[in-house]
Amino acid sequence: MNRRELAIAFALFLTVIGSGGFIAAYATGGNTLYEGLGLGGAALGLCLAALGWAFWILPAEQVVDEIVTYPSPHDQRVAADLAIERGIEKISRPRLLLAMLGGALACFGAALLVPLRSLGPKLGDTLFHTAWRNGSVVVRDDGTPVKVSDLEVDSALLVFPHDAVEDAASQVTLVRVTESEAPQTHGYIAYSRVCTHAGCPVALYRAPDRQLLCPCHQSLFNVLADGAVVSGPADRALPRLPLVVGDDGVLRATGDFSSPVGPGFWEETGG
Amino acid sequence: MIVERFADWIDERLGTAHFVHHALRKAFPDHWSFMLGEINMYAFVILVATGTFLALFFDPNTSKTIYHGPYWLLDGQQMSHAYESTLYLSFVVNGGLLLRQIHHWTALIFLAGIVVHMARIFLTGAFRKPREINWVLGIALFGVSMFEGFCGYSLPDDLLSGTGLRIADSVALSVPVIGAWLSFLLLGGNFPSQQMIPRLFVAHIFILPAVIAGLITVHLAIVWRQKHSQFPGPLRTEDNVVGSPMFPVYAVKSLALLAVIVFVVCALGATTQINPIWLWGPYDPWKASSPAQPDWYVGWLEGALRIAPPWAWHPFGRTIPSVFWPTVLLPAIVFGFLLLWPWIERAITRDHRSHQLLDRPREVPWRTALGAALLTFGFALTAAGSDDVQARYLHVSIVDIVHFYQAFTLGGPLLAFVVAYAAASELREKGGVRKAHRVSLKRNTRGGFEEDSVP
Repeated sequence: MNRRELAIAFALFLTVIGSGGFIAAYATGGNTLYEGLGLGGAALGLCLAALGWAFWILPAEQVVDEIVTYPSPHDQRVAADLAIERGIEKISRPRLLLAMLGGALACFGAALLVPLRSLGPKLGDTLFHTAWRNGSVVVRDDGTPVKVSDLEVDSALLVFPHDAVEDAASQVTLVRVTESEAPQTHGYIAYSRVCTHAGCPVALYRAPDRQLLCPCHQSLFNVLADGAVVSGPADRALPRLPLVVGDDGVLRATGDFSSPVGPGFWEETGG
Repeated sequence: MIVERFADWIDERLGTAHFVHHALRKAFPDHWSFMLGEINMYAFVILVATGTFLALFFDPNTSKTIYHGPYWLLDGQQMSHAYESTLYLSFVVNGGLLLRQIHHWTALIFLAGIVVHMARIFLTGAFRKPREINWVLGIALFGVSMFEGFCGYSLPDDLLSGTGLRIADSVALSVPVIGAWLSFLLLGGNFPSQQMIPRLFVAHIFILPAVIAGLITVHLAIVWRQKHSQFPGPLRTEDNVVGSPMFPVYAVKSLALLAVIVFVVCALGATTQINPIWLWGPYDPWKASSPAQPDWYVGWLEGALRIAPPWAWHPFGRTIPSVFWPTVLLPAIVFGFLLLWPWIERAITRDHRSHQLLDRPREVPWRTALGAALLTFGFALTAAGSDDVQARYLHVSIVDIVHFYQAFTLGGPLLAFVVAYAAASELREKGGVRKAHRVSLKRNTRGGFEEDSVP
């Protein structure tokens, strides 16, 4: 056994060690690091052995293959064309029949595609409405109503309508600004939390700037200007939720959002 | 020898001797860049093997459960069964985390390998007649594999991938006329739907892998039939192929390549954490993590979304939202351009001949420059996909960074074109990178040295 063969044998021995190491790591409860290094080491041994084998042991030979497979000789092509023609040569009006066949297959294919319609429910106007209605109580994600005394100025809160807690389309970010900035609602302003750009939750409130920031693509919305886009890729203002503070101090909505929530779609009028 | 006896046994029943002899002596030209496609073939095999193991533990179910498991930081949290089964696989199943990480790393390598392989084919003109079919199949493989990766990444129902799914739904919604209908068809209702994860599961483990396997099979069958292309060299002509025989040399080298890929993904899976979903937490539509970046191969679309202008168009009182341009139109143009490239180039060069000999990239400066421009375009968009992270570390306003990337995405490819064109032209003049002149010195009888030039 010469030195090169010895080196290859060593590499193969690494595979034995690595495999054994993997099995040992697995059997002793499974440590991700040792299992992976065992498997990897086994593969590395095989790699080194194969390289040694290819470059040291095997003869370095060259073969020349002539390319004769394509294109086929002319007479073979003619024969193939004739074989294809056999399918229609006895038909008196092949055009008509073939057109009919094509049309029939197209109809059949269309019929087969129809069941795909079952994958989606009817669209309806679900994209235009949320669960917010006149009188919906503003509640936290644990269902407790929000009172006018609950929020500090400059803070923000995730809220839902009382009868649709954790409904994705109805999620709202409620912020509190100073009394003078929103006098009718004691400083409370609420916007849809679904970004009008690509639907991410507009979860970040930059209180000093009175701006809501979407973490996905960095659209900025102005809280004091009806949710207008300040910068970023969003093409539409955040829909605003009309609020009222009741005599009991509980915040309620006076209706649904001012426009459809979330990312844009064809049926939207873009008003 | 047992192998010969087996071969004889088979031959008596199937008459395979002629085929076996031909197959084993088939010529494979040796060049490192011809191994790039092979990386992807092996990566796909690893993906199927590891993915099968993962699929046996994954529960594609969006209904909620309360977690009580070894990862105590999430104890008592509400989460979907999909997320919980991924935690179970990662923390309880022996070897589960290792195989999950190997699977994810291999997926990243698979997509990277496709891009690099595609670049090699493009830059050497290997897509020209007679190989246009395989170019088209390759582009299809690239697109389907991107989609496949995205589906798999979305399965665990964690906060990061859930956010990505929400964005994907907005992409479907943005398609004119049929968008809303398309979104409902894919999701089975309003986002987030009960059907979402099960459908992604079927797509990820059944439909798309079957498509990829089918495409790879045809792709390789065509390579086998047409024989591999080759660089110009001694003995090499437009109608032969010169190289190592398939067996033994090429087969053993190929085995070494498979082994080194297994080594790399095992080492990565063992040592380098990837997609630790327990850190992101379960998906809730009203939560968001920041920063949020997708897997690298979706990065260019994420970047395009971030730097695209906020242009909504309202034809007939309807809406085409701004998301449409960067995520539907742009990929459609890019993939359309790539699919048609062999014919576009033929229209430019008027070259209708069949090619067996490849171009060196320097020999066709304008094509090489175009390739450099395309890669720069992709790189600029991908880099834009992490603009928020850059803004934080560089203390630059996000608006300025967006402006920079808008300029970079449009201007960078032009610059890359000019630079690559100049570099390729100069190399062509010189005839490639010249090695330094080597000499050998001989001691002469007088004690001095004489030059003995070496060819």
